[in-house]
Amino acid sequence: MIRLPLVLFFSTLLFSAGVYGVLARRNAVMVLMAIELMLNAVNVNLVAFSASLGKLGGQVFALFVIAVAAAEVGIGLAIVILLFRTRESINVDEVNLLRW
Amino acid sequence: MSAQEYAFIVMAVIGGLSAIAVVTARNVVHAALYLVVTLLTVGGVYLLLGAEFVAWVQILIYVGAIVILFLFGLMLTKAPIGRDTLDNQQRWLGAIVAVGVFAGLVFLIQAAFPVQDAVAFQTFQGDTGSVGDALFSSYVLPFEAVSFLLLAALIGAIVLARKDDA
Repeated sequence: MIRLPLVLFFSTLLFSAGVYGVLARRNAVMVLMAIELMLNAVNVNLVAFSASLGKLGGQVFALFVIAVAAAEVGIGLAIVILLFRTRESINVDEVNLLRW
Repeated sequence: MSAQEYAFIVMAVIGGLSAIAVVTARNVVHAALYLVVTLLTVGGVYLLLGAEFVAWVQILIYVGAIVILFLFGLMLTKAPIGRDTLDNQQRWLGAIVAVGVFAGLVFLIQAAFPVQDAVAFQTFQGDTGSVGDALFSSYVLPFEAVSFLLLAALIGAIVLARKDDA
């Protein structure tokens, strides 16, 4: 018995916080955390529309998004640790080896 | 306003504030702990929306596994503390873009689903059994794709993170 737009506003707030984090943070682990916030915003939207339409597809795809997020964090942290081992720093603005 | 809606608003305010704290905290470990609060409130919102299986998966996978991975990542990389080392020079530009995204999305949502004449939907009971039925009947192909992706991620993470002594 929740009105749909209120849930969508909550998810918008989470997404905007994630956008700010991705743009403003230098530390690669903090950037990954902000990406998790954005993925959570997507999941909130999927579950809210699933509840409002009375269909299960949204919930199932929220589960898929959670699985993809887990895989993304695993690979992302492996890359961050590798970066720290070779460069002694995980600041994303110092990693410009491939920049043109 | 129903009782569920009051509960939702309380959780949304807590979750939103701690989401902002995640991206503005000066201490990386505090940011990870604020992330726990945000993920827990998102799980509570799932429960209020009647998605119990997704809620428990959220708490088990996100709070139980992903945040622990983040803490390991922070410990292994000796992350510094302080705003100037954690944030880059485009902080204000990023804030402007984020506020713009927020305002634009709120405007579009308000245009598509006006709050004043939105009807509160009946809480839809997507219990665990029916989610399982849907997962293994209609959505079995994406399920297999996700399992393949997880296998690839597992192998990739091991290959990336191990030491090269060969």
